[in-house]
Amino acid sequence: MNRRSVLALTLCSAAYLALGGLGAAILPAQAARGEADTLAIGGSVTEIVYALGQQHRLIARDTTSTFPPEAQALPDVGYMRALSPEGVLSVSPDLILSEEGAGPPETLEVLEEAHIPFITVPGGFDAESVAAKIRAVGDALEVPDEAEDLARQVTGQIEAAQTRAQEHGGAPKRVLFVLSAQGGRLMGAGDDTGAAAIIAMAGGVNALEGVTGYKPLSDEAAAAAAPDVILMMDRGGDHGASADELFALPALAVTPAAETRSLVQMDGLKLLGFGPRTGEAVSELAAALYGS
Amino acid sequence: MVALTDPTLATAAPPDRLSRARRLHGLLALLLVVVALTSLTVGATGVQLWDVAGKLLHGDELSAMERVVLLDIRLPRLAMGLAVGAALAVSGAVMQGLFRNPLADPGIVGVSAGAGLGAILAIVLGGLLPPALAFLPGPYLVPVAAFLGGWVTTLLLYRVATRRGHTSVATMLLAGIALGALTGAVSGVLVYMADDTQLRDLTFWGLGSLAGASWTKLAVALPVIAVSLAGAVLLGRALNALALGEATAAHIGIPVQRMKRLAILCVAAATGAAVAVSGGIGFIGIVVPHLLRLASGPDHRALLVNAALLGAALLLVADMISRVVVAPAELPIGIVTAVLGAPVFLWILLRQRGVVDL
Repeated sequence: MNRRSVLALTLCSAAYLALGGLGAAILPAQAARGEADTLAIGGSVTEIVYALGQQHRLIARDTTSTFPPEAQALPDVGYMRALSPEGVLSVSPDLILSEEGAGPPETLEVLEEAHIPFITVPGGFDAESVAAKIRAVGDALEVPDEAEDLARQVTGQIEAAQTRAQEHGGAPKRVLFVLSAQGGRLMGAGDDTGAAAIIAMAGGVNALEGVTGYKPLSDEAAAAAAPDVILMMDRGGDHGASADELFALPALAVTPAAETRSLVQMDGLKLLGFGPRTGEAVSELAAALYGS
Repeated sequence: MVALTDPTLATAAPPDRLSRARRLHGLLALLLVVVALTSLTVGATGVQLWDVAGKLLHGDELSAMERVVLLDIRLPRLAMGLAVGAALAVSGAVMQGLFRNPLADPGIVGVSAGAGLGAILAIVLGGLLPPALAFLPGPYLVPVAAFLGGWVTTLLLYRVATRRGHTSVATMLLAGIALGALTGAVSGVLVYMADDTQLRDLTFWGLGSLAGASWTKLAVALPVIAVSLAGAVLLGRALNALALGEATAAHIGIPVQRMKRLAILCVAAATGAAVAVSGGIGFIGIVVPHLLRLASGPDHRALLVNAALLGAALLLVADMISRVVVAPAELPIGIVTAVLGAPVFLWILLRQRGVVDL
């Protein structure tokens, strides 16, 4: 072996060791925890914890928990379906509150091994499910009375908003929810999606019938759906430009929505999260569809 | 790769070159031990190997946290990283030798495409299994389907390429491309059918991860990988002879057909098991053998062992990076190996073409 390769290998080993040291150095410091002991997984669960005034109990969140903005200051343990066991353990939760669908199963097995209580909050796309979610979170955090109040208040809001949404008097509008328009290819929402549910609650008709789930749309299928309004998630940035681009797409150019340039953009978690802000989302969407 | 097809280098490697490559064994083994110990002590939780070792020496009880982190998370992960890294690197080296093509990687015998199809089938259609068939608990359905998918695809390719007891390596390569396109199309249909959570699962599976390591998975995958790697390492001399061409190798007295079958089956088993437990992890199978050929020549007798050692070490390093850079979250390891591997691979290519001289 010549000197050069010895040198190279020594350098490599040194780099590896430095990396290890670096890893140890940037680990999240264990801050003073106080009462904080709960890891919230899923945007709507985190929102409910805040709405219950229990945010002092939170020590960490997952990537989908983006509201309220304060929540983003909490350590992020990753995407809810790809949690790493050590990442979750590193924030030392005494309780994990999760939306349906957290994973992978191997991680959940390890957490069970570590005897950390893991509570899965039921999901669903209607007022009753939102109330059930809130009650489940309240029971887990031992504030059932506050949860009951919040559940009633939120259900009331949603029902009131739904009733108001039906009072517009005109023909119901056909709404197409577009999840993404990457490269001109539309991903639309069919039946059995949160988007279809919220559209119906706001007094609209889901334009994409007979398809289940989020599906890529051909240009013709989008045109045939003949939406009066396009609904999208608001990713921030300049809205005007994106509306121009959107209605220039061949798929949408011939739709009624393009004629009236009807594009509604709303915060994704508010619109599809089915949490405390769902009533607000229904009112906002109904107002955008039919005017207030 | 000039060196691989150059007969003078491949068979009659000067003795000092072989011994140099053998001396590399020790160095790489040392590197691997260092990396392995580091990987036991690096992670999102503050648990340190040294503290735990100290406690064990003094006979103190470990806390529940320390026990779970070390025994249920980091140790199986380390073992899986070792096995998968070695499997991918050795499989790559064997395939490059067998196909006499420097671009061959383990995926060339259809394992990866088949395993990918198996995994996608399990993720998208797993819920449709009739209860009578759903004896496999959820977490194990995907790995088992991936392994079977890889295995079946390879056997199919082998059959297609074998005529009258002779396997045509070129036919296998071309049939592999056709079969790859076919599995790609079927996967496409399934991706279309998948709902959005399944799509997320598919994406993460394709990026690979060692985060799913568990003792149960290891108990199944480790023996398969160990046996097939042992088989592959025995092929060193035969692969050297094969570099001279099949006819010459046969004249030297190498049982060419038997050796091809052994090589293909070993690679299919090792890669299949590796992909099944860790998802799609790229570049280890290409970069590691090339690096080693640069450092110590193409002699397979030493190359295969070195590839196992360096492949394991490299994957462990990639895994450490993947779990530290965005802690407490985790980056899929396939991203890390691609980011590390692609520039190195490019550098190797440019260097060989004489564009860069470093």
